[in-house]
Amino acid sequence: MSLRRVVSVLTVPALAIVLALVVGAAIMIFSSPLVSGHFDPLLPLGAYAALLSGAFGSYNALIQTVVSSTPLILAGLAVGIGFKAGLFNIGAQGQFLMGAIAAAAVGAGLSGGPAIVSIPAALLAGLLAGALYGFIPGFLKAFTGAHEVVTTIMLNYIAIQFVAYLVTGPLRATGATFARSSDVGTAALPILIGRNGHLGILFAFVAVPLAWWLLYRTTLGFEVRTVGANPDAARYAGMSPRTVIALTMAVCGLLAGVAGAGEILGISHYMPAGYSTNVGFDAITVALLGRANPVGILFSGLLLGAMRAGSNLMQIQAGVPVQMIDVLQGVILFFLAAEVLVRYIFRVRAARVQVDELQTVSRSYGGQTTP
Amino acid sequence: MDFILHLPVIGLLLQFIGYLVAVTIQNSALIVTVATPIGIGALCGFLNERSGVVNIGIEGMMISSAFAAWWVAALAAQVLPGAAGPLGITLPLLVGLVAALAVGVAVSAVHAWLSISVRADQIISGTIINIVGLGITGYLGLLISQNSPATAGNFDRIRLPAGWGDLPLLGWLLRTFVEHGPITLSMLILVVVLQVLLYRSRWGLRTRAVGEHPRAAETVGIDVIALRYRNVLLGGLLAGLAGAWFTIEFGNSFQSGMTGGRGFIALAALIFGRWTPVGAFGAALLFGIADALGTGIRQTPPVGDLGVVLSAIPGQVFSALPYLVTIIVLAGVVGRSNPPAADGQPYERETKAA
Repeated sequence: MSLRRVVSVLTVPALAIVLALVVGAAIMIFSSPLVSGHFDPLLPLGAYAALLSGAFGSYNALIQTVVSSTPLILAGLAVGIGFKAGLFNIGAQGQFLMGAIAAAAVGAGLSGGPAIVSIPAALLAGLLAGALYGFIPGFLKAFTGAHEVVTTIMLNYIAIQFVAYLVTGPLRATGATFARSSDVGTAALPILIGRNGHLGILFAFVAVPLAWWLLYRTTLGFEVRTVGANPDAARYAGMSPRTVIALTMAVCGLLAGVAGAGEILGISHYMPAGYSTNVGFDAITVALLGRANPVGILFSGLLLGAMRAGSNLMQIQAGVPVQMIDVLQGVILFFLAAEVLVRYIFRVRAARVQVDELQTVSRSYGGQTTP
Repeated sequence: MDFILHLPVIGLLLQFIGYLVAVTIQNSALIVTVATPIGIGALCGFLNERSGVVNIGIEGMMISSAFAAWWVAALAAQVLPGAAGPLGITLPLLVGLVAALAVGVAVSAVHAWLSISVRADQIISGTIINIVGLGITGYLGLLISQNSPATAGNFDRIRLPAGWGDLPLLGWLLRTFVEHGPITLSMLILVVVLQVLLYRSRWGLRTRAVGEHPRAAETVGIDVIALRYRNVLLGGLLAGLAGAWFTIEFGNSFQSGMTGGRGFIALAALIFGRWTPVGAFGAALLFGIADALGTGIRQTPPVGDLGVVLSAIPGQVFSALPYLVTIIVLAGVVGRSNPPAADGQPYERETKAA
């Protein structure tokens, strides 16, 4: 890629972020009477300053940014790889939860064993649970035509109930003051760097080149991209779009499952009943902002991770609730979709490079069998 | 014949079917009530998809309107008189309802612009609406709840004249389909009206044409873009109504994420109902039954073997039931359903031949 092409591809995402920060500032100003009791036009400055300092202000803040980015990069890949196959995986949330609960369960079961056994076993459990939970909507899409957008969302809600059942029932730790699974003990990932930079952060940085290699250097990756671009052509060329779709969703689920396992084994060390996470929607933003490209996802994941890491300080120092990050994300996505508007505001010309990986999502919506 | 009910598996199954029927009849009014947001949401999806626009953002539209209805009504209650008319209708609540409808239309205007004019991917456009809707209502909801949350109350049900509800069959029908608040009642009327309009009016014929074959529709002089805009905006009005149900009819306060995926279930109901208003309403009732079953088991658990089996099932299974039913429905276990042919495809006018 020449520098010119890179700049041309990056222009719109960068401008979308700038516009989103402006819109976010406007929302903060309008809602400032609710935050501080009086109208405060300087609130965005304080909030964004706190956000920056919470994300990059110290050594530990930087580590925290990387730690927060880890699940976002992994789950972002889970959504992005789906895009390449023409699939919209909104189920990263559910796949993440399944990976998390499986790792928590196996980790708690082996908590007394040697780390060399318990860590890989817990990770493997999380990875397989995620893969299975991704495979279900993939299989349904491929063989019954049920659209993955609705089925994955339904599976997200089912995963929440499933986790609640396990944590308040069979997996509940005895003696805990609130419903949670027992501690994973030796299955906890070792801290490599800083206060909480656990081993799991390496997974994200390994997964990015792996995903790139899978997509662009393997037969499966070629088939994934062909099915995404044109399932009819893929079938005509002798590929099986059904198998590719089911398999791709399983791979997506696997990545989201690793993200979930990493969060439990690396950070909380147990699964609470009301485990709340925004990883599902964050992953969509990361994948779209990164243009469904593994390298793009790495950077957009770091950006979103910085926002998540800094948001706590923003809430504490400026009183702006962390939900502001959700708003910012949505607005970024809005401007990405409405590229026309961004180009009009900044008088930027259309990119010469065609970015077409997102064109296929709403095809085959509804009840018909796709491939 | 009594012994059949005591056979190991078949007996239990028969008992369960009997219990299901009993729960359904007993909770029929509740089923129609909880089916309301799903039914109205499905009608919103119907207006969109019949004219060829996929709308996955119903959830986001509903949560935004639910928030607007509650907040605006609460603000209005501080300045407007709150004397209640029939059905518990007060001036502040009406203002809240109007706000909800306006927000529904405004958000759907964004969706219309992105998916019709910009020709962005319609599913991504809907997802954006969901993320922004959940985000901004969560943000504002949290801020407001810090400063003494208020409420303007909510709409009341129609009160049947004394004794009418006890009439043999008619009484049950009245309690099921008439003894409701204004939003549920509007849904029941809208289902019939839209069904008739779809097959018996010029608008319906045009909408179907635009959803199936926009190119052909354009050649006979139908303005595809304008009709799609109009139908998506009308759909926004309905999403606003569905949202208002949460905060000024069913309940009287707002919680972050309170729509709980009903916007998505509405889409499944639409698919299951084969893209017709009456079909979608029927499907919404099915989801209502799935919802009511959990409530029914908690309140009046069945006696005997069935009671033992059902109470051994964890409550989360029943909470997950509507979502499970949605997946089963979509997987087509209950039959195929074909979407409008041009659903999800942006329309581009043919340029003049050079």
